[in-house]
Amino acid sequence: MRLLDVLGFATTALLRHRLRTVLTLLGVAIGVMAVVALTALGEGARRYVVDQFASLGTNLLIVLPGKTETTGGLPGFGGAPNDLTLEDAEALRRGVPGVRRLAPVALGNETVSAGERRRQVPVLGTTAELAAMRRLQVRFGRFLPAGDLGRGAPVAVLGAKLAGELFPHESALGRVVRIGGWRMRVIGVMEARGTQLGMNMDEVAYVPVASCMRMFNRTSLFRIVLQVGAAAELDAAKRRAVAILTERHGEEDVTCITQDAVLNTLSGILGALTLALAGIAAISLAVAGVGIMNVMLVSVAERQHEVGLLKALGARRRQILVVFLAEAVLIALAGAGAGLAGGWGLVAAAQPLVGALHLAPPPWASAAAASVAAVVGVVFGVLPAVRATRLDPVAALHGR
Amino acid sequence: MIRLEAISRTFVVGTEPVHALRGLSEHVRPGEYVAIMGPSGSGKSTLLHIIGCLDRPTAGVYRLDGETVSELDETALTAIRREKIGFVFQSYHLVGRLDAAGNVELPMVFAGVPRGERRSRAAAALEGVGMAGRTRHRPHQLSGGERQRVAIARATVMRPAILLADEPTGNLDSAAGQQVMAVLRRMNAEGLTLVVVTHDPDVAREAERVVVLKDGRVGRRLTGSELPASGSGK
Ligand SMILES: Nc1ncnc2c1ncn2[C@@H]1O[C@H](COP(=O)(O)OP(=O)(O)OP(=O)(O)O)[C@@H](O)[C@H]1O
Ligand SMILES: [Mg+2]
Repeated sequence: MRLLDVLGFATTALLRHRLRTVLTLLGVAIGVMAVVALTALGEGARRYVVDQFASLGTNLLIVLPGKTETTGGLPGFGGAPNDLTLEDAEALRRGVPGVRRLAPVALGNETVSAGERRRQVPVLGTTAELAAMRRLQVRFGRFLPAGDLGRGAPVAVLGAKLAGELFPHESALGRVVRIGGWRMRVIGVMEARGTQLGMNMDEVAYVPVASCMRMFNRTSLFRIVLQVGAAAELDAAKRRAVAILTERHGEEDVTCITQDAVLNTLSGILGALTLALAGIAAISLAVAGVGIMNVMLVSVAERQHEVGLLKALGARRRQILVVFLAEAVLIALAGAGAGLAGGWGLVAAAQPLVGALHLAPPPWASAAAASVAAVVGVVFGVLPAVRATRLDPVAALHGR
Repeated sequence: MIRLEAISRTFVVGTEPVHALRGLSEHVRPGEYVAIMGPSGSGKSTLLHIIGCLDRPTAGVYRLDGETVSELDETALTAIRREKIGFVFQSYHLVGRLDAAGNVELPMVFAGVPRGERRSRAAAALEGVGMAGRTRHRPHQLSGGERQRVAIARATVMRPAILLADEPTGNLDSAAGQQVMAVLRRMNAEGLTLVVVTHDPDVAREAERVVVLKDGRVGRRLTGSELPASGSGK
């Protein structure tokens, strides 16, 4: 018996009960559609996060004080780590191969005031190069001056929102603000940026790193950010950075993370989430399989005479099995086709509604959903088909 | 060709055994036309099913062309049904969703005959039963006699040696019945071995031999001409 004949025979049987066939394949279609739509959402979210991270800057290496890996707990747990100093930063700039940019970062919270207006904000001490690495744009004036590592000029750059709140009616440029007890001249205002890594960049006051450390009486930097030319150089840079600081401190007491590692972790988590969504959606395919089994059992019962006849005509058991199995698989495949069309259509229709999130149905999900549907057709079609082959020909012919 | 020796077939209904055939022996030669008669429940259909390898005897030996069929497995019986035997039933058993040609092609589909050959053989078989003009008709668009002739075309399209018919005219009026029997008679004349179960003496009279069953055994053996004329149509 040829494949084309099997399909032809199965198709005529399915077309005989159009409504029933369509309703059954609808179950499969909904399952496949759910897989496509949910994975599109998950993958869209993953890409969104990845893009967000990429906008933070690429090929970044971040050094923070304290060793998280070995203690497994908070940085510095069980003994204060050595300070991460400006001298350390300079040593890294000299010693790490492939460094293109480097910026030390100090951080504190302080009240910033201009006349009567005052705001409690994060104060971020750094150098000129941070703006380029973090892709921070200046709106008015300029960012922190270059070549000012140790001196700490009394200047500040304000985040967009902070500038607007302190100076609602005039330009902040050239005005003096008080940060704690320190008078700083505003030399720049940043472009609105939104939240980066949980910090609202529009509320930050940037000051030279030395000023910041003096202001908060800090001996240690919050972190040092380095940028290398290419992702391939990150590993070597990381090893070298750790080696340099270990030598300077006499012990390995810093943590060195790459942006890529963070990104990979997050991307992995979101990828797993997408997979979980696909799995949950796939459960509905199993439910659809039960529907297929049900309809096929009814079909076999209804067509007992036909089975008896086929046996009288000399059809082999395996042929009868294949014919009924083909019906189940055809239902599943037609459902999968409809589900894929519906899923992709749904995603296209929903795209305008979600805006920033770019819905992207991953091809693997569509392929997997269609394959699972086919497998479901086979698995849930076997029992009814086997039942057909087991019918006693005489009893089947006479409908007993 | 068909050799039945002491065939018994016992069904078990609940705990009660029902003896449909009790040690029946019979011999059918190639090309013969045998009618099987007998009262309802005498075991005619059961006998036909056993001859057609749809059922197995509980006891006794069935030889077909020298082969001991009663010892064969399911696969071998399937092959015999496919290659040697054609079946015609009282209720036609046409597949409703297929047209006349589709029904006649069915045994060839399962035997793996290529599509082109199937088409021409089905057309020829339908022509042979006088249904050449009805090949695209579905069963519900055909009369009873036409349906039975399609069923005969289907039963013979694989060129079996034996045609088994269980009350082929049972659902037909006498005119349609005579058309059907004319087809069977001609096929028998062309060499087909014919075993027909019937209640109708007019049908049985055409046979070379008539085997009358009684309580699962052969009651009487007659020639067709020995049967009393019924006079009535059916
Ligand atoms: N599957 C079965 N289970 C139980 N008993 C059966 C079965 N098939 C047949 N019988 C019994 O065997 C006996 C013979 O049945 P069979 O169908 O061969 O009779 P028949 O001669 O064809 O009768 P009819 O002329 O009414 O068709 C009957 O008593 C019937 O009830
Ligand atoms: Mg009967």
